[in-house]
Amino acid sequence: MAEARPFQLEARGVSVVLGGVRALDGLDLVLEPGLRTVVLGPNGAGKSVLLRTLHGLIAPAAGTVSWSRPVRQAMVFQRPVMLRRSALANLRYALAVNGVAEPERTSRATAALARVGLERIADRPARVLSGGEQQRLALARAWALRPEILFLDEPTASLDPGATAEVERVIASIAAEGTRIVMTTHNLGQARRLADEIVFIHAGRAAERTAADRFFDQPASNEARLFLQGELPWK
Amino acid sequence: MFEIFASLGVALQLIGGADPELWSIVLLSLKLSLASAVAGAAIGLPLGALIAVGTFPGRRALIVILNALLGLPSVVVGLVVYLLLSRAGPLGEFGILFTPAAIIVAQTVLVVPIVAALARQAAEDAWGEYREQLTSLGVSRLRAVPTILWDTRFSLLTVVMAGFGRAASEVGAVMVVGGNIDGVTRVMTTAIALETSKGDLPLALGLGVVLIAVVLAINAGAFGIREWSARHHG
Ligand SMILES: Nc1ncnc2c1ncn2[C@@H]1O[C@H](COP(=O)(O)OP(=O)(O)O)[C@@H](O)[C@H]1O
Ligand SMILES: [Mg+2]
Repeated sequence: MAEARPFQLEARGVSVVLGGVRALDGLDLVLEPGLRTVVLGPNGAGKSVLLRTLHGLIAPAAGTVSWSRPVRQAMVFQRPVMLRRSALANLRYALAVNGVAEPERTSRATAALARVGLERIADRPARVLSGGEQQRLALARAWALRPEILFLDEPTASLDPGATAEVERVIASIAAEGTRIVMTTHNLGQARRLADEIVFIHAGRAAERTAADRFFDQPASNEARLFLQGELPWK
Repeated sequence: MFEIFASLGVALQLIGGADPELWSIVLLSLKLSLASAVAGAAIGLPLGALIAVGTFPGRRALIVILNALLGLPSVVVGLVVYLLLSRAGPLGEFGILFTPAAIIVAQTVLVVPIVAALARQAAEDAWGEYREQLTSLGVSRLRAVPTILWDTRFSLLTVVMAGFGRAASEVGAVMVVGGNIDGVTRVMTTAIALETSKGDLPLALGLGVVLIAVVLAINAGAFGIREWSARHHG
């Protein structure tokens, strides 16, 4: 699934208005090939809206989102939606919709479940799984589609520490196989472990985009510095 | 007052004693209502989901037509079906007026708008929840229709039951297109209307009791299945 041809994603002056709220306000952002990007920012800054807009789910009121070439995408939502069928059937459905025929459909679905450690619950109804299990299932479903870019919105928000470490390991290995990662998190330790670069969102704009190893010691923007001071005591 | 209890007593004897006339009417009613519910569901469920999920020309007009059908007196629906099926009508060549098939047609026309309206509500709720996730997975709106129908299948069971209830309780349209012919198109409701007007209360009451029991049993079944599904499927 490693994609040889690199691609670039560019947002120019993107504004998004939802229910009268200006969630993104003239945001500029370039995502270059090959990096793992973690989007940080306070609650309500616009992180989730940014991911959904880049993924093509929300049409900007102004500005453009442009890809340097067509790219296979997938997204893991903060609250994933599972269909009313078994865990395995949820994966098979996603693959069927994307034109993956048998027997590859079943083998890919089974492999994806194993990858997130959910083989045991393959036949259980997906909607009665725990929040953490559903989130891992959503990760498996997204990965099964072999995306070239994977958006993840707080993928470990409802997981215990063990499952969080497991999911971080899976995300890191998906990235190592060549999938571009763009994720949000409230866990700064996780951001340090997974990020090549940090995009800091404040009030619907990208306040800065900085290499991860610099960001935590020397953030470029005043907003990020205040955010780090406020947040760090909680970690 | 005494007369009612006496009639009820005879009615229960008719039911318990497997009165052949009563039970043949009951059986015909159930068969025709079931057929209408199935046909109405086959049309109304996809229609409702398509209206909820889809964007297509004529969608608004379709909603107006279905809502109008919902509010139309059923005798008028019966009259229109009568005209369509009568010898001179566009569907006259099938010669099904005053046959059980005509009753199925009329009841189906009455069931479709109810099933479509209720299915649309269920599908809209589900679509609100599923929309971004399905779009992200690459599911088109058209492809989402069967997905949403399957995922709301337990709620839709109640919808189909409502359609069955609508068909089973219809009098006017069934009278107009069926003719209430003894042994051919006489169903529970038209028989009750006739026997009551003739003063034969026991048969009318017996049929009434059976009708109530059938509707209760079906709704209890649908309720039970929903409870079960909520526990097992979430
Ligand atoms: N569907 C919506 N309707 C109205 N306002 C919304 C909607 N979705 C998001 N918002 C608002 O947009 C802003 C950004 O939201 P979000 O991107 O979810 O923030 P976060 O950075 O916490 O993920 C918030 O003020 C939020 O209330
Ligand atoms: Mg968010």
